[in-house]
Amino acid sequence: MNSTERVGWSRIEMAQKAALDIPDGSYVNLGIGMPELIADHVPEGIEVIYHTENGLLGMGPVPEAGYEDVELINAGKKYVTAIQGASFFHHADSFTMIRGGHLDISILGALQVCEKGDLANWSTGKPGAIPAVGGAMDLVAGVKNVWVITDHNTKDGQFKLVNNCSFPLTGKGVVDRVYTNLAIIEITEEGLKVRDMAPGITFEFLQEKTEPKLLQ
Amino acid sequence: MINKLVGSDAEAVSDIFDGAIVMIGGFGEAGSPIELIHRLIDLGSKNLTVVSNNTGSGNVGIAALIENRQVRKMICSFPRSTNSVVFPELYRAGEIELELVPQGTLAERIRAGGAGIPAFYTPSSVNTPLAEGKEQREFNGQSYVLEYGIKADFSLVKCQSADRYGNLTYNKTARNFSPLMCTAAETTIVQAKYIVEAGEIDPETVVTPGIFVNRIVEINEPAHESILVASGERYLR
Repeated sequence: MNSTERVGWSRIEMAQKAALDIPDGSYVNLGIGMPELIADHVPEGIEVIYHTENGLLGMGPVPEAGYEDVELINAGKKYVTAIQGASFFHHADSFTMIRGGHLDISILGALQVCEKGDLANWSTGKPGAIPAVGGAMDLVAGVKNVWVITDHNTKDGQFKLVNNCSFPLTGKGVVDRVYTNLAIIEITEEGLKVRDMAPGITFEFLQEKTEPKLLQ
Repeated sequence: MINKLVGSDAEAVSDIFDGAIVMIGGFGEAGSPIELIHRLIDLGSKNLTVVSNNTGSGNVGIAALIENRQVRKMICSFPRSTNSVVFPELYRAGEIELELVPQGTLAERIRAGGAGIPAFYTPSSVNTPLAEGKEQREFNGQSYVLEYGIKADFSLVKCQSADRYGNLTYNKTARNFSPLMCTAAETTIVQAKYIVEAGEIDPETVVTPGIFVNRIVEINEPAHESILVASGERYLR
């Protein structure tokens, strides 16, 4: 198989799957990149409050052209809006929300996730790479539920769901669930449990693309 | 009579000495006190340790301070971004030191520094390379890492409104680290978009109480870092 050929769910479908799992009334922090897509797919009638660690609870969508405000941005430094009922606060309060266990769900990207729920998502550890961690270590340490949304394999076909992370860890035993283009996988005491698979994906194919043994 | 207003941005930063620890507010360009940083570049103080979430973008603001070789060490959580070129080059060349700190730990270390708390335990970074060599302790069966408070000689911050007492309000997500940094420095220097009469800021809405502030200068129309970067501006001494 050509490893660069995309199979399974599209990025939008992955975001839709994750969005459907967010309970009404949740306080959620979305990481930079693919996690940001999830906000566009929360169903009507479900109210989710988005937190961005640079000091806004009640983050709204991207502003219309011409309404951008350089002092109203998200953690990815992109222009955002504030919903009616939003609040602004300083960084210590923002990380009190995160580290103090007040946020319900953190959804992050990943370089690697291991079968015990270890996450590596901040550094490849390669020489010359500029290490940058941001708020990731605080999010995985404090938020009640940590979900990962990522392609199932790297662009060159390497495992991202691994027996042990080879990249520097963000946190140990912190991930609860992973959404990929091939499947939705729960991290359980027994191991990686497949909850759902994309149309046309067989369990055998999924196992081939995953280093640890999967549970059905 | 208390009056913390000073005549110019140059005067406000004029005693920042070589080797000082300087906290600089802002998250990306939001809240970055670019005029105060540029006056610090004019002043030319060297061997600074700068505490700020990022390392600036393009060749203005914090990036220009670094490019002008005034910074010996950065303490930050995210030293690269889309337009960040200066710090990565110097870091790869081994010409600037980096202390990488998780963002929440950075905020709490500054808060602790300002609050008279020398150190604290946090769950962030446990079992990661950033906890290596640090004291760890278990509480209720969970591991925590010891982190130290940070104090500074100077803090440079940007606010929305200020009165002569130093009471401050901020604008949206430009608040970020600034209220914490105001508490943690021997001398806190503020650039305010508006200077208002004492009493004009409702005491219920004061974010930084005046006791934490030493000097205020009014900068009505601060430069926008992203616009300077887009136009290829360089700020060098």
